[in-house]
Amino acid sequence: MIDSSLIYAVVSMGGLGLFFAILITLANKKLHVEEDPRIELIGDLLPGANCGSCGYAGCANFAENLAGGKSQLNECPVCGAEAAEKIAQILGVEVESGERQVAVVMCQGGDGTVKKKAEYEGIQSCIAATFVSGGERACSYGCIGYGDCVAACPFDAIHMNEKRIPVVDREKCTGCGKCVEACPLNVIELHPISHHVFVLCRNKDSGKNARAVCSAACIGCKICEKAVDGIGFNVTDNLAVVDHKKYTKELVLPTEKCPTKCIVIVGQADEK
Amino acid sequence: MTNLLMIFISAVIVNNYVLVNFLGICPFVGVSKKIAQSLSMGMATTFVMTLTAAVAWLINRYILEGLNLQFLQTVSFILVIASLVQLVEMFIKKVSKPLYDALGIFLPLITTNCAILGVALFLVLKEYNFIESIIFGFGAGAGFTLAIVIMAGIREELELADVPEYFKGGSITMIIAGCLALAFMGFSGLI
Repeated sequence: MIDSSLIYAVVSMGGLGLFFAILITLANKKLHVEEDPRIELIGDLLPGANCGSCGYAGCANFAENLAGGKSQLNECPVCGAEAAEKIAQILGVEVESGERQVAVVMCQGGDGTVKKKAEYEGIQSCIAATFVSGGERACSYGCIGYGDCVAACPFDAIHMNEKRIPVVDREKCTGCGKCVEACPLNVIELHPISHHVFVLCRNKDSGKNARAVCSAACIGCKICEKAVDGIGFNVTDNLAVVDHKKYTKELVLPTEKCPTKCIVIVGQADEK
Repeated sequence: MTNLLMIFISAVIVNNYVLVNFLGICPFVGVSKKIAQSLSMGMATTFVMTLTAAVAWLINRYILEGLNLQFLQTVSFILVIASLVQLVEMFIKKVSKPLYDALGIFLPLITTNCAILGVALFLVLKEYNFIESIIFGFGAGAGFTLAIVIMAGIREELELADVPEYFKGGSITMIIAGCLALAFMGFSGLI
């Protein structure tokens, strides 16, 4: 003789399970939302780092918008060329290969180059230092040197050198722009990888004042401007800026002529 | 009415699920880095807890007690909660895409959380009636939301604090959770 509660238990639990199984199966049919099968395929090909530089809530969300035709593939700056091609095949569109962007640190004023104005012993973070009159470096335009950008990089592509100036690994950098956001003084900028000549200074003070705080500062002397006959280099507000649209490789490089050596060639010529 | 209010306040503060009963610690530590995220987690939990309270009461009264099968409480509650949340998730996805996106991955994740099962088991233990159960479930969810949002707020501030190297990450989080729990202990015996 089997205990009756055993039967009840089996029947009631089995019944409940069966009831919900049927309910869910029915609901799955009734409440089925047509989803593009391409979403999953695209999602697998995207980087999956969920860095958010496309502006969507993660890679899955971006994949959804891609499949829905609401966004363009080149909105993802991280996606490699190979994956982009495959996704383009799935979507049936041509790849509009936007040129790869990389971060460039627009400052050379590391320890020893830039003057110290104080001892800073507060929280070792650039954003915190900006609240306390900008840390210990005398230049109020340049790198503060506590590595908020290094901490922000999801791809381990930016590191501090021995002079506490961040150096971008141009191969690893995906151009996601996290470091650009992290830098409180906007010292880091995104530039296409084909751009190599930069004025690595942002100091807009007069030449005398700029030189007083940093030995690698742009002093606005206009020697570069004269060297290229004004094509490609412009000095405005005591600061030389490279116009990459006009500046071509054929022109003489004013890197040598710059008295403070703040015009620098970044990266190799054959990078992609 | 006073009775219902008592149950609600008791569930939110005096018997806070996370900080007094130590249930649902996993999402409490895991999803408390950003206030916005923890708020949607709290909302999803509140929703599931209220639903659970209602269904668990019905199941307990009409199936388990009727057949004298109280020993099946845990199994049946988990079964019912998991299935129902699945259903609700499908329903929300169909009816309201924005709400589905807001609750996101949290909804299916919390189905199997111990805090949810805790609600079901507690309301049986405390012999609440149907309305009381729902208020209790909602209060438990609100208490969870309160705890996780407080935690997220502190952790957001903590990002700027100079935490000693060895305390960074998990350890400081645990210490803060302990301090919060101590603070909530002050409410004990109030109701």
